[in-house]
Amino acid sequence: MSLSRLSSRSNLIPRPLSAAISRLISTDTTPITIETSLPFTAHLCDPPSRSVESSTQELLTFFRTMALMRRMEIAADSLYKAKLIRGFCHLYDGQEAVAIGMEAAITRKDAIITAYRDHCIFLGRGGSLYEVFAELMGRRDGCSRGKGGSMHFYKKDASFYGGHGIVGAQVPLGCGIAFAQKYDKEEAVTFAMYGDGAANQGQLFEALNISALWDLPSILVCENNHYGMGTAEWRAAKSPSYYKRGDYVPGLKVDGMDAFAVKQACKFAKEHALKNGPIILEMDTYRYHGHSMSDPGSTYRTRDEISGVRQERDPIERIKKLVLSHDIATEKELKDMEKEIRKEVDDAIAKAKDCPMPEPSELFTNVYVKGFGTESFGPDRKEVKAALP
Amino acid sequence: MASLLGRFCRKLVVPGSAHGSRMVSTTSCDSEAVKSLNLYSAINQALHIALETDPRSYVFGEDVGFGGVFRCTTGLAERFGKNRVFNTPLCEQGIVGFGIGLAAMGNRAVVEIQFADYIYPAFDQIVNEAAKFRYRSGNQFNCGGLTIRAPYGAVGHGGHYHSQSPEAFFCHVPGIKVVIPRSPREAKGLLLSSIRDPNPVVFFEPKWLYRQAVEEVPEHDYMIPLSQAEVIREGSDITLVGWGAQLTVMEQACLDAEKEGISCELIDLKTLLPWDKETVEASVKKTGRLLISHEAPITGGFGAEISATILERCFLKLEAPVSRVCGLDTPFPLVFEPFYMPTKNKILNAIKSTVNY
Repeated sequence: MSLSRLSSRSNLIPRPLSAAISRLISTDTTPITIETSLPFTAHLCDPPSRSVESSTQELLTFFRTMALMRRMEIAADSLYKAKLIRGFCHLYDGQEAVAIGMEAAITRKDAIITAYRDHCIFLGRGGSLYEVFAELMGRRDGCSRGKGGSMHFYKKDASFYGGHGIVGAQVPLGCGIAFAQKYDKEEAVTFAMYGDGAANQGQLFEALNISALWDLPSILVCENNHYGMGTAEWRAAKSPSYYKRGDYVPGLKVDGMDAFAVKQACKFAKEHALKNGPIILEMDTYRYHGHSMSDPGSTYRTRDEISGVRQERDPIERIKKLVLSHDIATEKELKDMEKEIRKEVDDAIAKAKDCPMPEPSELFTNVYVKGFGTESFGPDRKEVKAALP
Repeated sequence: MASLLGRFCRKLVVPGSAHGSRMVSTTSCDSEAVKSLNLYSAINQALHIALETDPRSYVFGEDVGFGGVFRCTTGLAERFGKNRVFNTPLCEQGIVGFGIGLAAMGNRAVVEIQFADYIYPAFDQIVNEAAKFRYRSGNQFNCGGLTIRAPYGAVGHGGHYHSQSPEAFFCHVPGIKVVIPRSPREAKGLLLSSIRDPNPVVFFEPKWLYRQAVEEVPEHDYMIPLSQAEVIREGSDITLVGWGAQLTVMEQACLDAEKEGISCELIDLKTLLPWDKETVEASVKKTGRLLISHEAPITGGFGAEISATILERCFLKLEAPVSRVCGLDTPFPLVFEPFYMPTKNKILNAIKSTVNY
């Protein structure tokens, strides 16, 4: 039960869809050029062009995956209220364009590391719905074996380094990953994502300095949804132009609700980082839910603001309009797609509910490599066992 | 749980100690006005009083302006103004460093770290700056007006980063004080003492009790002395030492043990650094057995310090090894929390095996 992969290098594996759509996705690679809705604002670099190369295939995939992500987050909301998901749950609905656009511009060798709002990024990296829901409910088959929970999704084979609870801590980590990538000459980059709240953490500036000093292929992506939990950005930051915060590091401000702008920016950033070192991308985005499920999301912003953004800038609606205007699919076909997505999500949830909890002995595993950490390893990385006389 | 905590209010016993009676002197509840409050309201009251009585005191931290994520700072910004109660950006190291500077100028800075799990970026500031300021400047400067408040401890569903008990890290730093209240009444008095204490204090509040614990709290300004432990339940067979929310669990274990004929003496340490060695020593000399319980992992937890000190002082009086019932040596788990926690049954088993040693 896996999501169709979004790697731009591999062929798309179509999901069983209604005949019309599957025909469109599998055969139609007609190129389309899309203009981003807003121009890019650049700091210390030349902004990329507003014309984005795409295809009918990509357009439909964008729509489908974003709708899937949206549906998954809404389903997680209901599961949380039903107390099947416990602990903390930070939902990404509204910000899907960032996850999708980024995936479309990069490969699975490029690394992504993010904070705790990671469900959709995990999905974009090739994670399955079943793994998502199993992990959220703390079950054995979750992506982190049920030991991480909502905030700690990881996927090693897709270079997704998670899922971090402590704000800002993932950015120096991301720069370290970039260092390793440069060292290994992999021609890959790291996207270290953080929010507008984390942008005020000291460790970010330390990481930026190191990245710039050593020309690391690290791309710092600030997902600016304008609220650090309940604090509006203008209350927390003297300069809310997060893309300029790098000072000597170039930056780009992107409309984060436009998947194509995100794609273009990430493509541009990857080329830049491989040649010139770090760059900051500020994604101007918005989250419909509160900070987490314990936050109603309406004490620090008006409902009008939320519904205003939903009406004018919703990423899925934007793609939908593009799909319809380019005659790629009809309204009805899209509705059918959404119904299928709903079913897919419901099936994944049902399957995840049946999955058992991890064994109690798992409480003690993976604290150290083995047991209580009292083993020894030699310089060849093999375990050393003492031979008694 | 609330009814059990109500018992704490009536326990104002002064144990007979070789050093004379030097114990708790919280005023009796009868003549003064009292109100039934939960933990966050008691802390809120303490903060109101602190700001009212000292015009050079400030409260700041992440999201404190609207009342804070646990409502501990409700009403402060409205009453004292945004110049004295304000929000900070998301930067713990910066917040504490800023607080140290403010305190160095003779002000009372009451800093809030949103969860104790997030205190580590500020660890350097606390250990290297706050704790050593007076010492290294030869008493020219100090940041005694600094009080750092942080909610700590398990809450049932907190997972790795909303449940930690980091008190042991801070108990290893001479120069600061570490205070942990067990109930609303204690919290108000201890917080006021901590704020007014001329040394930097790290004040951990048991978040589980923010709403759960309800107690009669006197409305007036009162302080509970620091570095004085309290015997909250008298007994003769075994001494139990704990702090914070863990005391409720230990109290239940004591009741169960009583049914089996074991008389337990329960001590609330209140201040972990510098801790009241005399009270615990006197109690262990009486009972001959000691059990310590805390949520933090057992290895290197503060129970180890208590155990070593009591061993030094009471070796010949001990009838059994000192027992520690603590969290396991793993990161604080997600779904396995019930297995990790030092539960009532674990404590009861330890009581029995210590008594039957």
